[in-house]
Amino acid sequence: MSKTYYSEDHEWIEVEGDIGTIGVTNFAQEQLGDVVFVELPEVGDSLDQGGEAGVVESVKAASEVYAPVSGEVTEVNDDLADNPGMVNDEPEDGAWFFKLKLSDPAELDDLMDAAAYKKFCKDQA
Amino acid sequence: MAESSSDTTGMSADGDLSRTPLHALHLELGAKMVPFAGYDMPVQYPMGVLKEHQHCRAAAGLFDVSHMGQAWLVAEAGEDPAAPLEMLVPAEIQALKPGRQRYTQFTNGAGGILDDLMVTRPVGELGADRLYLVVNAACKEADFAYMSEKLAGRARLERLDDRALIAVQGPEAAAAVAHVFDDRDLTTAPFMSQSLGRFAGEVCWLSRSGYTGEDGFEISMPTAIAEELTRALLAVEAVAPIGLGARDSLRLEAGLCLYGHDIDTGTTPVEAGLVWSIGKRRRGEGGFPGAETIQAQIADGAPRRRVGIRPDGRAPAREGVEISSESGEGIGTITSGGFGPSFGGPVAMGYVRADHAEPGTAVRLTVRGKAQPATVVALPFVPANFYRG
Repeated sequence: MSKTYYSEDHEWIEVEGDIGTIGVTNFAQEQLGDVVFVELPEVGDSLDQGGEAGVVESVKAASEVYAPVSGEVTEVNDDLADNPGMVNDEPEDGAWFFKLKLSDPAELDDLMDAAAYKKFCKDQA
Repeated sequence: MAESSSDTTGMSADGDLSRTPLHALHLELGAKMVPFAGYDMPVQYPMGVLKEHQHCRAAAGLFDVSHMGQAWLVAEAGEDPAAPLEMLVPAEIQALKPGRQRYTQFTNGAGGILDDLMVTRPVGELGADRLYLVVNAACKEADFAYMSEKLAGRARLERLDDRALIAVQGPEAAAAVAHVFDDRDLTTAPFMSQSLGRFAGEVCWLSRSGYTGEDGFEISMPTAIAEELTRALLAVEAVAPIGLGARDSLRLEAGLCLYGHDIDTGTTPVEAGLVWSIGKRRRGEGGFPGAETIQAQIADGAPRRRVGIRPDGRAPAREGVEISSESGEGIGTITSGGFGPSFGGPVAMGYVRADHAEPGTAVRLTVRGKAQPATVVALPFVPANFYRG
């Protein structure tokens, strides 16, 4: 049974066991506009919560992607390199960025659930 | 996720922003508005930057450029206003025939560029004693004050704040404009020429020029008919509204300079690769600010050159990125960069030391602290599609 959490930096993380799948939210892709480039971390990278994990660039600007929790990268979505527009088409599904083995699941408490994130976006808009 | 470079999606609602006569129409069309040069301007419409860009290259795009500064320069004492204007710009203006238009720059004493502008000697009906100028929005107050001061007694500046300006660009643009003005002759109007057109009883000034590398027109009209004319053009199936986002990627692919980025007071027209816009007579005679520097650079070469830069990978390199040689020596800076939707990859331009300006030269770009391979290339990235008769 998986559960999805959201960060104030507009990343989502779907957690199943001790593995989290991370991407950027629909709100984020709407703000970015057409995504033209994605830079991913490498498998084996050790990321700290809030640390830089990658970059997503749209026709307008470059934005950093942060690790919502700490852990070791176990898998990256290579499809994004060839088809960055996936981030616009299926941000919270097929366009996941990377998977992480959580080193401290307690960090999930710092994140929002879907309802809280929805309110967070509404306040930002 | 957080923004790490300059962004045009800022949502600041500055109450002091000016509005063009098409502001309400932009909102009706669902535009995302941003502050630009003191105006509240559309950065994109619901189509989005990428599709707007592609639509302009494939069909026709309509741009509101009413924020730009339009003015008459009128001779005071029966003289040709081109003579006093030539004291401020390096282009050949005196030989410009009625109905013809030219690109030039205001230069400063060091040969730097204060602004770039379009100068038209209008068709006869509009008056033989005047020139029509279009300058950049961000520079217009300074430009107008500068001309008024420098040309006092010989020519006076008359602002045309009661006129709007739109551009219609793309392979279908001329047909759309000819349809709306019900004038087939417009389709064969020469590149960089002015024609008059009548719409809703008002006279519009149409110049076959633009800022996208595509064929098209820029249309100056009284503000009173701006919305009606724009709606008529948008009613043509091929024409879609295009925001500032795609305007920037279109001009970047076309290798055209954006003032304040690719050219400014620290760059000369020679360094910027704009020698083609300097009249042959003017190169010899001088008589414009910074002539000594510019003439010397034409004769001996400029120490640095504006070039196209093509990142070898997929990562865009944006303004401010450092350019270094393969051996790691700093040789220049990116002045404009992003993704070229028609080119199909990242595109940029910038200045490099003259000994690295040859197309094909391998360089390195420092993007987010990492050296990325790139190549110096000839501009434009996308071949120009101007009307050549």
